[in-house]
Parts: sequence; structure tokens; C-alpha cells
Amino acid sequence: MKKSLQDALIDEHFRSAAAQLLFQLADDDFILSYRGSEWLGLAPHIEEDVAFSSISQDTMGHAAMFYGLLEELGEGSADTLAHARPAEERKNAILLEKVNGPGTYLIEPQYDWAFTVVRNYFYTAGKKVKIDSLKSSSYQPLSEAAVKVNMELFYHLLHWKTWFSQLMKAGGEARKRMEKAAEEVFQELGGIFSLGEKGEIMNSLGLISGEEGLKSAWITMMKPVFQELQYNMPSQFLMMSGDGRNGEHTEDLQTALNTLSEVYRLDRSASW
Amino acid sequence: MTLKERMLIALHSVKDPEIDSISIIELGMLEEFELREDRAVIKLLPTFMGCPALDIIKKNVELALMKVEGAPPAEVLFIFHPPWTSDRVTDTGRARLKEFGIAPPPRHMTETGEWQADCPYCGSTYTTMENLFGPTACRSILYCKSCRNPFEAMKPISTLM
Repeated sequence: MKKSLQDALIDEHFRSAAAQLLFQLADDDFILSYRGSEWLGLAPHIEEDVAFSSISQDTMGHAAMFYGLLEELGEGSADTLAHARPAEERKNAILLEKVNGPGTYLIEPQYDWAFTVVRNYFYTAGKKVKIDSLKSSSYQPLSEAAVKVNMELFYHLLHWKTWFSQLMKAGGEARKRMEKAAEEVFQELGGIFSLGEKGEIMNSLGLISGEEGLKSAWITMMKPVFQELQYNMPSQFLMMSGDGRNGEHTEDLQTALNTLSEVYRLDRSASW
Repeated sequence: MTLKERMLIALHSVKDPEIDSISIIELGMLEEFELREDRAVIKLLPTFMGCPALDIIKKNVELALMKVEGAPPAEVLFIFHPPWTSDRVTDTGRARLKEFGIAPPPRHMTETGEWQADCPYCGSTYTTMENLFGPTACRSILYCKSCRNPFEAMKPISTLM
């Protein structure tokens, strides 16, 4: 039996577990689409600039929808959740908050395209695995949202897979940089599969599959791609910098929050 | 004409802010229109979740209904169940898109997710995909090798993806 919003509001155990999961989903998409937006005008070519911006816009739309579901569950307004929460309350995986590379958007951005391609491809595949599971989530509004997200995700996954395969096949410097980026991403990839302290409760309430199930679905999806590219996946996905689901974050998140909430903090009561 | 019919005509006048030849009804965005005593509840389906035109559409629906004599205030809600899919675009809508220079969303896709669109200007099938992503979330950029025009197509979106 799936639970509606009304059901969730009178079952605190269920409501708070659903909210925890939604915070992870929302914060992941929010910070990654912010990182994506920092590439505007800097992508390798103009077609990519159009495509990547469009993907970031979709992804921000998904974040907004998840924040909207949190608002319904009584967690506060979507805008406040997106802009006003301090770093230690954020639940995004650390992989997604990391800077795009040295420099800033305004001052000498020396962004790393290989890292961006790998991070986005691996994350998008992870999101696909989660969304597939969420389609049968016990929380009805979330399962409906998953159906919607899934259709847009199709194009994102295709896009990043194409970049990943082409650069890996290119050999030479491209291959070298891609492998280095992959190594870097695998050191934090465990973070996107973590469901945090309440993970087992989420799973037992039927909100989402368990961490191991998600991870193995990801491996099943990616294995044929890696094999074709003759790339050996490491046996473990680590969380070298900690688990973002428990509020552990790096300085990179704080700097991002300072920038992205600057206008919001200027006048919180402004009406847009 | 009943009040509801007059309100429906007003809804037909609300166009997509980014493609002003097509109405939100022709796009298949209207899911429910309920006329209550004190208000009209309009439930719309967003095409893409991150579409920045949604707020504008909401405002335009409210404004259009305000002009209908005797109409109660409108409450516009965006819902995502059922999800909007590109087959919801009506036949008139498909013609309107073409008028604007946008190929209507293809009805068929291969198993690998590839699709083709005919040129909205000359009707040729000799077209190539330039970029799956276009100037708005719902459009792709293509090129017609027959009449040598770049054009856009509305992306096919289905629950089978």
C-alpha cells in the first residue's frame, strides 16, 4: 500500500524517513546543477554549452520539485530549503560539491572537463538507478515524481555516456586525463549510494532499495560500458572525504553556498 | 454559452511564452479544470520540470480568466501525475508548431532511443541531428540537408524511456 501525503502527515516515523530521503535527492541535484551552471560559457564548444546548460536547468528543476515535496511535508518553504540552510545541514554527497577545478567562474577558471564528464556520467547513472527504484517507492508523491524525472534523465544519461565513451576511446592525453578523473571520482563515489543514518529505515519502509542493491544495479549498468572501453573498475567505491548524508562536507560546499545564496541573503523578504 | 465554456475559450488564448503560436491546451498541458463556487481550479502538467516559463504560464492563466465576466478567481496548480508526454500535443498543436518552424515531437523512437524529425519548412526527411539539447528544455536542434535550413524539433518524451 502506497502512502499519500495525508497518510505521511499522520505517521511521523514514515514522514521523517521520507523527508530525509528527499533532502538527499534534492541537495544532490541542487549542488550539482549549481556546479553545472558554473560552466556556462566555458564548455568545450558552443553546442556543449547549450546542452550542458539545458541539463543543468532540468536538474535544478528536479531539485525544485524535491524541495517542493519537502515543503508539503512541513519542512519549510522550498526557497528557504535551497538557499538558507547552512552546510552542516546539507545532505548532498561530497562528490557533487567539489569544485570544477582551479580558479573561479570570475577569475581564471581552469576547470577540468574530464572530471566534469566522469562525475556527471557516474552520478547520472546512479540517479537513474535510484529513480528506477523510486518508481515503486511506498511514498506515492515520490513515486510519481520519479516517473517524471526518469523521462528527462534519459537524455542526460545518453549525453554523458557519449562524452565518456568518446574521450575514453580517444586515447593519448584524453584517455590519461579521463582515467585520472575516474580515479578521483571513485574515491568519493560511495557517497552517492549512501542513504545516511536512516538508510535502513528508508529501505524497510519501502521508500527506496537498500544501498547494496543500488550499488549493484549501478555496476550491472556500467560494466558493459567499461568492458567495451577496456577500463577496469576498482573493487571499492570510497568516501575519502566523509559522508555528506550525515552533514559532513568540505570547504568547497561552503564557498558554493556563499556564492549561490548571496542575492537571497541580501534581502530575504524580497518578493520575486 | 455557460461560464465554464467561456472560461475554456479564455484558456485557449494562453500561449506558450516561448512558442507563441501554440496554446497550453494544444500542448496538452491542461489536465483538469474544475469550476467551484468560490474558485476555478486549473491543474496543469509541466512539460519539463525545470521549464522557466511555468511561472509566466501560471500568471497568464490567472490574467486570462480574470477577464471572463463572472468568473471566480483561478487557482493554478502544477501537478506531475500523470506525467506530460509529447503525445499529448494535439493535431492542431502539431500544425501550430510547424508554423512556428518547429517540427512536432516524433511519434516513433528506435529501441536505442534515436529518432528523426522531418523538416518543418520543406517536409524533407533528409535531416540530421545537430544537438539533442536546444534553446529550451523541450527542443532539439536539427539541420535539413534538402533546403539547408537549421530547425528545431520538440523532443519526444514518453514513459517508455
